[in-house]
Amino acid sequence: MTAMPAPPPARKQSALLATLNRNRLSWVGIGMLAVIFAVAIFAPLLSPHDPLQQNILHRLEPPSAEFWLGTDSYGRDVLSRLFHGARISLTIGFLAVLVAMIVGSTLGVLAGYIGGIFDQVVMGIVDVMLSFPTLLLGLMVAAMLGASLENLIIAIAITETAPFVRVARAPTIAMKRQDFVEAGRALGFSPGRIMGVHILPNILSDIVVVASLWMASAIRTEASLSFIGLGVSPPTPTWGGMIREGFENILSAWWLVVFPSLAILLTVLALNILGDALRDAIDPKLRGEE
Amino acid sequence: MIRYVIRRLLLAIPTLLAMLTMVFVLVRLVPGDAAVSMLGDQASEQALDALRARLGLDQPIHVQYLTFLGDMLRGDFGTSMSSGRSVLSEVWQVLPYTLELTAAAMVIGVLFGLPLGTFAALYRNRWPDYTTRLLSLTGLSFPGFVSGILMLLAFAVWLRWLPVMSSASSDPLTHMRNLALPALNLGLIMTAYITRVTRSSMLNVLGEDFIRTARAKGVRPGPLVMRHALRNALIPIVTVVGLYFGTLIGNSVLTEIVFTRPGLGKLILGALQSRDYTLLQGLMVIFAAFVILVNLLTDLIYAAVDPRVSYAK
Repeated sequence: MTAMPAPPPARKQSALLATLNRNRLSWVGIGMLAVIFAVAIFAPLLSPHDPLQQNILHRLEPPSAEFWLGTDSYGRDVLSRLFHGARISLTIGFLAVLVAMIVGSTLGVLAGYIGGIFDQVVMGIVDVMLSFPTLLLGLMVAAMLGASLENLIIAIAITETAPFVRVARAPTIAMKRQDFVEAGRALGFSPGRIMGVHILPNILSDIVVVASLWMASAIRTEASLSFIGLGVSPPTPTWGGMIREGFENILSAWWLVVFPSLAILLTVLALNILGDALRDAIDPKLRGEE
Repeated sequence: MIRYVIRRLLLAIPTLLAMLTMVFVLVRLVPGDAAVSMLGDQASEQALDALRARLGLDQPIHVQYLTFLGDMLRGDFGTSMSSGRSVLSEVWQVLPYTLELTAAAMVIGVLFGLPLGTFAALYRNRWPDYTTRLLSLTGLSFPGFVSGILMLLAFAVWLRWLPVMSSASSDPLTHMRNLALPALNLGLIMTAYITRVTRSSMLNVLGEDFIRTARAKGVRPGPLVMRHALRNALIPIVTVVGLYFGTLIGNSVLTEIVFTRPGLGKLILGALQSRDYTLLQGLMVIFAAFVILVNLLTDLIYAAVDPRVSYAK
């Protein structure tokens, strides 16, 4: 092979581990997430009852030995619904961010690499998208498309695409002028190859960090939309939907709102803790401090 | 400076146009026939045609687009289909409640967030810093309705200190009591955001040479923080707080719904339930225009307070 300036070394796995170890809180986040993901995956095995099984004899029962977190107004087991609700929240959060990440970073790399009018148009649209409050844009799209799992994913993905464009574009512009990219161009590599093979791997870690922070936001938005009544339709258990139903009985049955509230809070918090730690890990301005 | 203001104002125009275009496209994303989804599939063909004509849906798409742009730019946001009143007057009627709530939340956020963030920065990587960071991270992990419901449960249902419903009242004391919980809810979320921004901004400033110089000259810690550090840290804080305005609006909508408080949140919820698309569309435009305006003001304030911003470019 022709000699070619080495691309900047990919960030070392061990450096990441070292930072995670320095910020001990990040392991708390990882641990919490591991538990939540495990609960979502094994929900059918862990649930003591059928989440959809109605039981008129056990309506609105407070937490007890049989129903650990109590029952709702249809006599359904809150704990089992909470476990199954984790599946919906995590699926929507994960897929929405994945879609936003793929579309957003593709556009960002293209805009940064091509530049010119294309860049200006894309960034113009991004600025406009950012001027809509996230929740309201999601609410509008969900209301227009109609409430379903797929539409919720689309609605949330639309609200979160713009930040990924920004995150992918800035380092692409910086990298475009670096020697190893120039060299690739001199060797006659296609723009697609340069963007996909040489630029993308180098900005991927930045994108992944943003993804973990935005997944927190996606789960929050999903819960909010479900609470407003634009979520996956009942009787499918979702955390936001459970709070919405429980809210009607807030004066008599606190367990209906408190437990799903804690589930949402802990999940979003875990993702935020992890995202924060990862951001410290890859931000060159913060690395090497202390 | 004046040239900068004019340039920035001109830049807001394409943003505004693009925003209107996006709302237009969004509203036309409704699967199927908008008229059918509003009136139901039992409606007669005559009624459907009448509605289509009233909404301008029988016109070609480019005519619809131009009509829409013209209406919006003239400030005609349409008529609510459920109440028959203009969207603008619907908004004017409830806007004071939302503004009162967001303003109160902003005051609470600044009052608590600035000292907390400064405190965390001064004790960097020691336990006060860790505690504050964890608390603010928790605060900004809360969806507005979750924190609202938990506060409602704690202060209104269990402790019975404050009312569950916070509707309007002419008595100022009752009015304040009604405002207390929603404002505290939104205010604590704002506190979390402002604490974070203040901390990182203060850390940047505290690392600067002029702080070291001031310290070497023997400036005491109190004036050092207040006069030298915080004043310089304020500039990025103002900008970021301006950018959080959208989040604040979103959370205020959820807060209003939880506390059954009149305001834009309740208006949006009603529009959703009655499938009032013109009201939704109008609200969307007004909200986005508001955010664009706040971003514009933030930029201008930034330019006014920071002597380093050059107006030439």
